[in-house]
Amino acid sequence: MHRWGMVIDLAKCTGCQACVVACQAENNVPSSNPEQAELGRSIHWMEILTFTEHEYPNVKIRFMPRPCMHCDNPPCTKVCPVKATYYSKEEGIVGQVDLRCIGCRYCTTACPYNLKSFNWYKPHWPAEMKNYLNPDVDVRPKGVVEKCTFCGHRLVKVREKAKLEGREFNPDEYIPACVQACPSGVLYFGDLADPNSKVSELSKSIRAFRLMEELGTKPKVIYLSEEV
Amino acid sequence: MEPKKQSLEQDQILLNPILKTGKGFYLAAAILLAITGGAAFAYFKQFVLGLGVTGMSRPVFWGIYITNFVFFIGISHAGTLISAILRLARAEWRRAITRSAEVITVLVLFFGVGNILIDLGRIDRAIYVIYHGNFHSPLLWDVISITTYLTASSIYLFLPLIPDIAILRDNVKKRRWFYRFLSLGWQGTEAQKRRLEIGIAVMAVLVIPIAISVHTVVSFVFAMTIQPMWHSAIFGPYFVVGAIFSGIAALILAMAIIRKAYKLQDYLKPIHFNNLGILLLIMSLLWFYFTFAEYLTTFYGAEPVQLKIFYAKLTGQYAPYIWSMFMLNFVIPFIILARKKTRTVVGTVIASICVTIGMWLERFTIVVPTLINPRLATGTSFYHPTWVEALITLGCFAFFILLYALFTKFFPIVSIWEIREGREKALAEVEERIRTYLPGEVSGEESG
Repeated sequence: MHRWGMVIDLAKCTGCQACVVACQAENNVPSSNPEQAELGRSIHWMEILTFTEHEYPNVKIRFMPRPCMHCDNPPCTKVCPVKATYYSKEEGIVGQVDLRCIGCRYCTTACPYNLKSFNWYKPHWPAEMKNYLNPDVDVRPKGVVEKCTFCGHRLVKVREKAKLEGREFNPDEYIPACVQACPSGVLYFGDLADPNSKVSELSKSIRAFRLMEELGTKPKVIYLSEEV
Repeated sequence: MEPKKQSLEQDQILLNPILKTGKGFYLAAAILLAITGGAAFAYFKQFVLGLGVTGMSRPVFWGIYITNFVFFIGISHAGTLISAILRLARAEWRRAITRSAEVITVLVLFFGVGNILIDLGRIDRAIYVIYHGNFHSPLLWDVISITTYLTASSIYLFLPLIPDIAILRDNVKKRRWFYRFLSLGWQGTEAQKRRLEIGIAVMAVLVIPIAISVHTVVSFVFAMTIQPMWHSAIFGPYFVVGAIFSGIAALILAMAIIRKAYKLQDYLKPIHFNNLGILLLIMSLLWFYFTFAEYLTTFYGAEPVQLKIFYAKLTGQYAPYIWSMFMLNFVIPFIILARKKTRTVVGTVIASICVTIGMWLERFTIVVPTLINPRLATGTSFYHPTWVEALITLGCFAFFILLYALFTKFFPIVSIWEIREGREKALAEVEERIRTYLPGEVSGEESG
């Protein structure tokens, strides 16, 4: 029994978008174009939200990396009519199976974080990138919902590797692409079920908060605020 | 009684639509078919390219298809529910209108379900709802509830049709085999009549809770989420009231067209429109009461996430929709229907047109403003339906009207045997019934 979770230290985020790019490449997230982006149709499993405060010249922009919250009490899984999105009790990950999804978009409307994406068209990549798709991750067809899986395929891979080598699986081996790519050490990843893990320790910080905690969704993405 | 041929006598005019088809009908059918064809083309485009051809986006994941779904399922309450209540209440004026009401229900349900299917990103996987159904999902409750309703209201439409089909079998020369098959050997014997009466009575009772469950469950699709101005306990009854409200309006419109097209002024009389007008007025008041309760609690509670949507509706982007809805659903119908002088055929028809448009707007302003103002807003979002969505919606209306018109070409749209029963039996029965209400007469053992 694991509860994989992420800690995001907002004090360190520079908004460089490395996590976003790493995620797009790792998970075969299709590219968008300016018209579709304008319509709000770009797909992002990991997205940097920006919040602008005050007026020029004292303007301050805050960055907030936003993966899937992987709630322990997810509002999206309940409403899915075909169990295409589900909560894994063993891993604590909220999964999304594109082969099962019927594209009703009930989960997308039920998610209070508004973080799921829909494939409005057939996914598209520039010609140069077509040969660099990740073979470990499905290429989604048009008409289905997708979202961050905490790079669940990487978990499967490290588990299998440990099994092949005949040893215990070490939780430190499992790192999502965004965490691996972040140059300023904003993202921490680990098992919240283990009280001695780094993420467990950070989640007890005085700066720790969860997004819309009051809704009772119990997110496993924990933010550390910029100021105490 | 000897089995005899089912004859017609003075109700011959009710068979005219089946016997004769004029130029007007073909012209209307051609226009409706053309619009339907356009919609089919639009859907084909959407099917091939994806839902990107609509105006939907993140966060407005649902648009006018879902609005249509709620609207059409609402209209379906016209028939079965109204007809069942009037039958059980032994309202004698029902006889001429029950059939036209019941047909609306059965046909319009297909368009309610159809819009959900049109809205699916992967219609090819729709069957997964049965293979892999998740009973925690309100959409699954919809599937069960609507399927039950469709079955029950089809039976409820068919049972009172049987004696009329027998009349067709014995009086119409064309399609004999078809009517013979569907009449199920009806001869009008006492035993058959008794069985039919029990059947209709049982279905009338059954159909009421099913109909109420249908629109309650439709509202649950929204109310079960935690989204602001959707997550409301009032939604079940609010949707049911709105459904009956729009249903009565649709029924009045259908009756007015039938009356005009088939010259049935003698059957669908001003009194029918007057009585339905009163029902429409009551529903309008009830609808206003629910709307008022819903908006006042939101406003008074003043939670920021709720208020954002509240103001988007009342003074913001959606104000034109909300205030038109208020005028069309309450102010205009109230002014017309509250006075006997204006509660005429024309008056009720105008009110019904208003209510039909107003209730569509009501469904739209429930679905879209909540989605456009999500809790975690990162920019401004908007939703403009594209021509694909508009044409498909128009096609749904056109195809529905076409199917309805076709029904009138195959079956009598006013129940012949029920009119006759009213003439032959009910007149005396009603007098007897009234006598039991009065003091000093026979003890009221027949009707409690």
